Amino acid sequence: MDDPFVIAGAEFRSRLVLGTGGAASLQALERALEASGAELATVAMRRIDPSATGSILDVLERVGCRPLPNTAGCYTARDAVLTARLAREALETDWVKLEVIGDDRTLFPDAAELLDAAEQLVDDGFTVLPYTNDDPVLARRLESTGCAAVMPLGSPIGSGSGIRNPYNLRIIVEQAGVPVILDAGIGTASDATLAMELGCEAVLLASAVTRAQDPEMMGRAMRHAVEAGRLARRAGRIPRRLYAEASSGSDGLAEPAPAASEADR
Amino acid sequence: MIVVVNGAQREIADDATIADLVADLGRDPRLPGVAVAVHGEIVPRGEWQVTPLDAGQRVEVIGAAQGG
Repeated sequence: MDDPFVIAGAEFRSRLVLGTGGAASLQALERALEASGAELATVAMRRIDPSATGSILDVLERVGCRPLPNTAGCYTARDAVLTARLAREALETDWVKLEVIGDDRTLFPDAAELLDAAEQLVDDGFTVLPYTNDDPVLARRLESTGCAAVMPLGSPIGSGSGIRNPYNLRIIVEQAGVPVILDAGIGTASDATLAMELGCEAVLLASAVTRAQDPEMMGRAMRHAVEAGRLARRAGRIPRRLYAEASSGSDGLAEPAPAASEADR
Repeated sequence: MIVVVNGAQREIADDATIADLVADLGRDPRLPGVAVAVHGEIVPRGEWQVTPLDAGQRVEVIGAAQGG
């Protein structure tokens, strides 16, 4: 596999991780997932609904996506740890996207509860992928507790505001020894490309696709956006300059004929 | 007897096990996809067949849903 995305020893061809929340129907979600090429998709853990028809796990299986359970909706380490353990039991995976929210308007993570939950889950043998603030110090703390990746937000969940602090993201990427996955805030394709150009190993997004007017088309757009950003990062961009630098050399430029007034003289 | 399943009272047979309850909710208790906690303690799937429920117990039956 050329340039695989490796996380905790597992290899993926796609560097796009899709959240499954916000889709109008399971059918619409399935088409968007397929178009996006994602091989990893998050699911929430909720009380089962005996009247529900169709299952998100069946959809993921059909499109070849590995389910990544999350702890969405948890506000304390205690809730998040219980939810992660329920997910491990239900889905037979020790991978978890750890989310511990501290504020219901911004949905920003609660740093103290997040670190506490990450420590407990790592000790319990989980592969922990924490959704975190774009805080380089917190990212380092999460990595040193043994998290398998760090997933800083670009901007608030569902806000579609893109990457509000690309400088912090660069610092997080520069110092990280585990994959950095941009998580939350992506609004459109160029946001995902920028995340990859800044050196993220992957991008996780949901609403940008599931709530787009045409989720299937946006799924395809995001697939290309992530691929383009990754290629551009690997290719190495040119530096930004204040002044022009001619792309054509001046050697060999044709000599013009003398001006008419000079020939007359 | 009455137990509290996912926050709602539910009538089940007096000798019902967790496996019976999960089947009653339309899920195959032998297949993955669902987890069960009784009074906040997770009961592994392998123990469902042999774990009887008691009247008044609070049972959470959790599965994957769209989200995140």
